[in-house]
Amino acid sequence: MIETASSGTAAPHYRQPLLGTPFHARSRALAQVDQYVAWSGYSTVDVYTTVEQEYFAIRNAATVYDITPMTKYRIAGRDAVAYLDRLVTRDVARLRTGRLGYCLWCNDDGELVDDGTLFRLGESEFRLCAAMRQIDWLEASAIGFDVSIEEVTERIAALSLQGPVSCAILKAAGLGEVATLPPFAIGRYDLDGIELTISRSGFTGDLGYEIWMDPSAAEAVWDRLFDVGRSRGLRAIGSRALDLARIEAGYLSPWIDFVPAEHAIRVGRARSPLELGLERFVDFDKGHFTGRRALLEERRRGPRSCLVGLDVEGNKPARAALLYADARCRREIGAVTSAVWSPTCKRNIAIARVDAPFSALGTSLWAEIYLNRELVWERRITRARVVERTFFAPERRRATPPADF
Amino acid sequence: MSARRSTSAHDAIVVGAGHNGLVAACYLARAGLDVLVLERNPYIGGAAVSRSLYEGFTYSNCSYVCSLLRPQIIRTLELPKFGLQIIPYEGGCTMMRDGGHLALYDNHDALRREIARHSRRDAEAYERYSRDMIRQCQFIKPLLLREPPDPTSFRPRDLAELAYLGRRFHGLGERRMYDTLRFWTMSAADMLDEYFESEIVKAHLAGSSIIGTALGPRSPGTAYVLLHHYMGDIDDTVGAWGFARGGMGAITQALAASLRASGGAIESEAPVEQILVRNGRTRGVALQDGREILAPVVLSNLDVRRTFLKAMDPGDLPPEFLDGVRRFKIRGSSGKLNIALDGMPTFPAIPAGSPCIRGDLHVTDTIEMMERAYDDWKNGRWSRAPYIDMLIPSQIDPTMAPQGKHYMSVFVQYCPYELAEGPWTDERRKAFGDTVIETIARQSPDFKRLILHAEVRTPWDIENEVGLTEGNIFQGELTLDQLLFNRPLPGWAQYRTPVRGVYLCGSSAHPGGGVMGAPGANAARAVLRDLGRKRAA
Repeated sequence: MIETASSGTAAPHYRQPLLGTPFHARSRALAQVDQYVAWSGYSTVDVYTTVEQEYFAIRNAATVYDITPMTKYRIAGRDAVAYLDRLVTRDVARLRTGRLGYCLWCNDDGELVDDGTLFRLGESEFRLCAAMRQIDWLEASAIGFDVSIEEVTERIAALSLQGPVSCAILKAAGLGEVATLPPFAIGRYDLDGIELTISRSGFTGDLGYEIWMDPSAAEAVWDRLFDVGRSRGLRAIGSRALDLARIEAGYLSPWIDFVPAEHAIRVGRARSPLELGLERFVDFDKGHFTGRRALLEERRRGPRSCLVGLDVEGNKPARAALLYADARCRREIGAVTSAVWSPTCKRNIAIARVDAPFSALGTSLWAEIYLNRELVWERRITRARVVERTFFAPERRRATPPADF
Repeated sequence: MSARRSTSAHDAIVVGAGHNGLVAACYLARAGLDVLVLERNPYIGGAAVSRSLYEGFTYSNCSYVCSLLRPQIIRTLELPKFGLQIIPYEGGCTMMRDGGHLALYDNHDALRREIARHSRRDAEAYERYSRDMIRQCQFIKPLLLREPPDPTSFRPRDLAELAYLGRRFHGLGERRMYDTLRFWTMSAADMLDEYFESEIVKAHLAGSSIIGTALGPRSPGTAYVLLHHYMGDIDDTVGAWGFARGGMGAITQALAASLRASGGAIESEAPVEQILVRNGRTRGVALQDGREILAPVVLSNLDVRRTFLKAMDPGDLPPEFLDGVRRFKIRGSSGKLNIALDGMPTFPAIPAGSPCIRGDLHVTDTIEMMERAYDDWKNGRWSRAPYIDMLIPSQIDPTMAPQGKHYMSVFVQYCPYELAEGPWTDERRKAFGDTVIETIARQSPDFKRLILHAEVRTPWDIENEVGLTEGNIFQGELTLDQLLFNRPLPGWAQYRTPVRGVYLCGSSAHPGGGVMGAPGANAARAVLRDLGRKRAA
């Protein structure tokens, strides 16, 4: 029995360092292949059945993914907007109540500390969902602001419901009003007395919602979704299937596509939003924010490298491949950070860091791919082309109200 | 001097069979030199020894944990082949006066949750702290096995080394260059204040900043001592600590075996009386038994004070140099208890089943307590509430004590070399030991009942038995005025001395103390370069 954050009964942390989420009992029952992975101090499912089946449920039907371990902060107080505007690179004042936005925050050198989603729950109440724990950074940034910052990770259970049938499942569960929720909007709903916050957001690039609740309601909500969803193809998915989908959507993963600046040990390893191709999320006109001066300077002289999308010839994923300007591999110009064969696009796609001169769309590069064929290694020098990093973006993700399938 | 018998000549003599002396001897022997190591004690090892002072028990009775020993040395000298095994231990713990505790665990999540019990913010600040320590270690570590450049010299070699140092320093980036200068000069307490809010977290981490040092946690320079302790690694895990299987003597035994295998020789119970000098260069050593052993090269594993003030004729040395040697800071500040226990003592503050009990245990729960313990030392007495670094290696290493019984190593900070009340006597030594035992007993009700035997060592004892001046475990304070090109003396940081053929190979030389072996390896390289020979392997 794994301890859940709320139970507080089972083994102490030095015997069992990882917690179970409030969905643990439910997810465990469906996890057929016993593949778990540590995520921010929680034991979560990596694979339930097969990665392929789980992935296709995201793109074809609907999936439930336990996102409770995501670090969540409640940020509130008179200066909350001013504080957040100083912290993140986008214009928080323009984020309306009841909306959420993707945002980035940097250190003084303009290097990315982390990215996440910012929910405006009230005039001066926000929730920041991030990949990393960072109360240390958030509090250090709060000096001089009348704002309270509180980590609420354990107090909020959350499920990500993603896929073309996700809205239909919510409607069938008795949450019909969700259909009117446009992308990046947040609504509050009642499910037989259970208070739910539902946002139209996700990490798959598809139609989808994130459902936020009190941990005590976790199992009831899970059960309700499966009661109505099972016949509609609803599956629980693990981190591996999600990773496939997020690469297709062109979303970045910390530690994989970039090193969070405050964790980088070596000089030059941290990346700026400009280098990561996220300039559209940086608002230079909104006034001062942490890292602005460095980013302005970087914009003036141009970033050293860029994180781009690659379309790789052949069907062998270019995992961890070094990239060259020439087929003879004499000039190294970057490396692949994420790579998969996209089952939906039927393309061999990758996210890669390349030196700035090689980042223009259409640039032709060479990837050094190693293949293990029954313990015999083959080296393939494969042509790759720089393309848009969003590989899959179906129209259905934006439709309001969404179609039923 | 009466008629002396001159015996066989060697290519090089090493005075003192401590770990650095043996490392130097090994490198020289592997380069083809005929090397003889002379040790005054009946056993070899200096301060890296395993001694059996009570039936069935093995004590690491001086140094007691291993982390800094350079992997390159272990590998080149094939120490594993000669029996050396380093076993990492997990974590550590500070027991608090109110019955609470703070433990450190290897598992990242267990550690975060443990620190978060005291402060959630500190749990995350710990990552920033570790990152900064690793950054600084990555800057310093490559310098350990290099000869520090003389910044005033224009020799091509010095310029090249200075350029290397400069390049590495610049490679840190602007912000971290500032950090480095601060790390090297600030106090551990100030440094920890920049990261942590919880007293217990700071107290636990500050321990390494005072071990072996005649400074308090609030003294400038102690942040570097902390870093020096953090710098070690085991199998690439930075900051990891371990036991040498069989006690610290296993390290010097493996070195001795490696030395013999490459043709070197060791003679114990052969105290050197003097390093012989003629016309500004050495010709060998004179032993206390009247023999003279000739060699054109003599490496001294003794500390700089002992080498030049006791083992050489002052007339052979320039007065200014001698003056510097006399003023070299090498103050005794620590003692040691080695205890044979009839069973495993219980520590109610440590939760049952926590692996931290197999790590380093402490009872000082505030930096303030450490500073007050230092005040006692300044006043010429041992600390009434000393900082202790206590380990029970027999929980991990089955060779240290009979089954079911345990060996406890207790390092004690602070204990002066000279007491204000008069010289060390058996009575005063016992009173010092009792202070330590009572300190432990406050956290362990059954501890006293389990004691079968206790060896109590004051700095005075350590000087007399091991030969370290004032019993200073680092052969000299690790403060910036005595580090890098200032160690041991400005202008004499490259292992050479004013007497041609005489070299320093102990921890008085760069990069300083700890069972590291780097001074020995670097000194051997300096000798071989002067001889125009290539270093082995």
